[in-house]
Amino acid sequence: MEDNKPQLFKVTIDNIEVEVEPGTTILQAARKIGGDVAPPAMCYYQPLKGSGGKCRACLVRVAAGSAKDPRPMPKLVASCITPVQDGMVVENTTSQQVLDTRKGIVEFLLINHPLDCPVCDQAGECDLQNFAFKHGMATTRYEEDRRTFDKQDIGPYIQLHMTRCILCYRCVYTADQITQKRVHGVLGRGDAAEISTYIEKAVDNEFSGNVIDVCPVGALTDKTYRFKNRVWFTKPVDAHRDCPTCSGNVTLWYRGDDVIRVTARKNEWNEVTEFICNTCRFEKKKTSDWVIEGPTKISRSSVISVNKYRRDTIKPDFQRKLAASSYTDVDDERDTSQLGIQQLPPERFAQLPHANDPEP
Amino acid sequence: MSKKILLEHIDVPGIDTYDVYRKQGGYTAVEKALKTMTPEAVVEEVKKSGVRGRGGAGFPMGMKWSFLAKPEGVPRYLVCNADESEPGTFKDHYLMKNIPHLLIEGMIISSFALGANKSFIYVRGELMYVIYILEKAIAEAKAAGFLGKNILGTGYDLELVVQPGGGAYICGEETALLESLEGKRGNPRNKPPFPAVKGLYQSPTVVNNVESIATTAWIVNNGGDAYAAIGVGRSTGTKLISASGHIKKPGVYEIELGLPVEEFLYSDEWCGGIRDGHHLKAVVAGGSSVPILPANLILKLANGEPRMMSYESLSDGGFQTGTMLGSGGFIVFDETSCIVRNTWNFSRFYHHESCGQCSPCREGTGWMEKVLHRIEYGHGSMHDIDLLVDVAKKIEGNTICPLGDAAAWPVASAIRHFREEFEWHITNPQEATRPGAVYKGDMALV
Amino acid sequence: MTETHNTVAFTPERLAKAQEIIARYPEGRQKSALLPLLHLAQAQWGWLSPEVMDYVARMLDIQAIEVYEVATFYTMFHLEPVGKHVIEYCRTGPCCLMGGEEVYDYLKQKLGIGAGETTADGLFTLKEVECLAACGMGPVFQIREQYHMNLTRERVDEIIGELSR
Repeated sequence: MEDNKPQLFKVTIDNIEVEVEPGTTILQAARKIGGDVAPPAMCYYQPLKGSGGKCRACLVRVAAGSAKDPRPMPKLVASCITPVQDGMVVENTTSQQVLDTRKGIVEFLLINHPLDCPVCDQAGECDLQNFAFKHGMATTRYEEDRRTFDKQDIGPYIQLHMTRCILCYRCVYTADQITQKRVHGVLGRGDAAEISTYIEKAVDNEFSGNVIDVCPVGALTDKTYRFKNRVWFTKPVDAHRDCPTCSGNVTLWYRGDDVIRVTARKNEWNEVTEFICNTCRFEKKKTSDWVIEGPTKISRSSVISVNKYRRDTIKPDFQRKLAASSYTDVDDERDTSQLGIQQLPPERFAQLPHANDPEP
Repeated sequence: MSKKILLEHIDVPGIDTYDVYRKQGGYTAVEKALKTMTPEAVVEEVKKSGVRGRGGAGFPMGMKWSFLAKPEGVPRYLVCNADESEPGTFKDHYLMKNIPHLLIEGMIISSFALGANKSFIYVRGELMYVIYILEKAIAEAKAAGFLGKNILGTGYDLELVVQPGGGAYICGEETALLESLEGKRGNPRNKPPFPAVKGLYQSPTVVNNVESIATTAWIVNNGGDAYAAIGVGRSTGTKLISASGHIKKPGVYEIELGLPVEEFLYSDEWCGGIRDGHHLKAVVAGGSSVPILPANLILKLANGEPRMMSYESLSDGGFQTGTMLGSGGFIVFDETSCIVRNTWNFSRFYHHESCGQCSPCREGTGWMEKVLHRIEYGHGSMHDIDLLVDVAKKIEGNTICPLGDAAAWPVASAIRHFREEFEWHITNPQEATRPGAVYKGDMALV
Repeated sequence: MTETHNTVAFTPERLAKAQEIIARYPEGRQKSALLPLLHLAQAQWGWLSPEVMDYVARMLDIQAIEVYEVATFYTMFHLEPVGKHVIEYCRTGPCCLMGGEEVYDYLKQKLGIGAGETTADGLFTLKEVECLAACGMGPVFQIREQYHMNLTRERVDEIIGELSR
């Protein structure tokens, strides 16, 4: 049976070797390695067939095409849609050209994106915010007006805030692939293109709510959750119910004892693992509707984790590092006496929550 | 007189009709190919001819044909790209309007060579009157037995469909064209897969330009070697050049590749020189997408030798001192032209025509247009020039299709060769924005 | 919009033409007929209302949004009512070199409208378009299927005069 095993391809990404099956894309191979080696993806979405190739955030340099033909590829390639070859050598974070280009992509995506994170429901779980934080510049060179659109309700549950859209097409693929009848799409072209229903029409389908989860930015938001809370104040919990329409596997987002939002579960790449129905998403907001499984695994680097982890969840080696580190005085000669900043009295300081405290 | 392959009979009255075209030797190549040659033999002749894609990319046509996948039981398609929309280019329009049967004859030969039984001619929608001309020509050819079932009793079937576009430059990109032909938005596809493997309706497809397909009639009649003997080096054969701008005789000319640029520009057989009392300032030699060159560099290479109308000579020196033959849209600027205004104009074109699918092109083309508009209208600042260069650089090579490059090159080249003119606009806004004001600083006019 | 769902229909001649167009694509690929059908519809109604686009969608058995997506992508389709004559004026570089901007200013002044506007009598709509592939004969504009080339103020006077009669 040895012969039936597919020959694995050896690929080197950022000097790390990985073996993958033929047909695997560079991006998937890089995700197998994980961490920073995995290129960012703003339009590619593994569960959605045909997605990817558009945002250009995942461009990488192919330093050697394959073992057979080790010539480099002349242009950077979209790692999300480019299949690996045996012996391929890829540079992601190790290529200055890639990093410079990525900085440019952040800038392009932001020139027409409002910087309204403080009032955007997506903040804290926004792919663009993460991308910009990691690869962008602190300032912009764009001096012109940004494009703006009026907010649009597409049905009772979903609001479209086109001004924030980065035209990733994910929601279009979602509607195409998991609903029977698509009523929204991309209209117009160029930077005047927009997601719309054209004539006022409700996106009326029992799976329509999934467009909210796949949206990388705050362009499609859940009206039942709108402005209810910031995501980092909420606590995600995995739960399920016996649903006749979908798998019923969801994440409940708690504020105190209240379920204030229901979403599909996502993997570490922020991709929905199982699409859920609108009933589960919008209408089951009581703990009693659900069987609770336990806390959702959230990356510790995520803002969603802030203040939610007990001392024993911190890795021991981190504690050791922390203990071993020495603090040096900052050489700061500024006169702050006029700034009105008052030192917290020690007793008040002691009352502040600290990361190392056990949860109440 | 220079060798004529495509436009030999252009002046014959009634050449747009089947009868006159036939009397001038039309459709003999179809007879020869279908009755005496195998499809492989036709492909071989086209390969030997060395003819390169005339739409702009200049990829060898025979090689493109040989890449066509031929899985059993799957139809193959030939699609003619007649979406001619590159600013400065109007040769296909001219050819189809005046000698429609030359394209039809080429379509039959090429379809036969590729094993296609249904082929499409995708014409830009604005040229609806040309579509009627082509449809009439197809009906005539069908009546004469050159189209339809069992052509000339050879058992070969072919149907030609003329498809209108709807107003989108991007559909000149072959995969956008195929999307459009499938009734969708003209969004270019990610490649691979290439059309030769998965093209129209996911079937193997060849997309060729009008002029490329039209050459096949002559190649079949005279042989690939005879074609390769015309021209210079790897630039074989003749090329239709669309000449426009400040010349005495704008129009479409068929030139033998290798003709000196100077002769093309000044000879009475061609452009006839710069319009009276004026001097040459710059030329865009291959349609708006290719780098603009100042007068001295278009006429002579960096080493002082004369520049020729060929793929290699026009690109000699890379983008530092060279350009590209592109689609052969030869736009001539005299000293009354404002390079900044023209660059803004071209930039607006690419902004308007970007499909909006990938972010560098969607956002970058608009950004460049806005900055150029600012400079042209007296609100620019010096750092805008470097900003433009940087934005162009960030678009170039990073997009799904070549429109990004096409948008970046005109801007980058205009700044490369005419930087002082941009600076003058910025430092002298009042003077520069006066109607008709043109930079008169130090530059090489010819 | 005076037309209701039921009254939108091609004339018998256009319906026959539409069916002929649909039949020329391989089985199951009828969506290819979308652009030709939209041109046919625009020839009949002058512009593409949502009702007309829905009619075309039904004819091709595709979702209405697929028609909207396409109609808004291609610039030849009018999504608002237009005047009797739509003047599509080329604004691209080569035409501008031949005085295209001056002639355009004159045309605007003569009609008293700007780009995207329609004259009060409903006779003319002015649209700016990009390169029409007639650069050697610039300045150029197109009215419906007719190209008008080598434009001058005098030619503009003649053409507008003729169409105003």
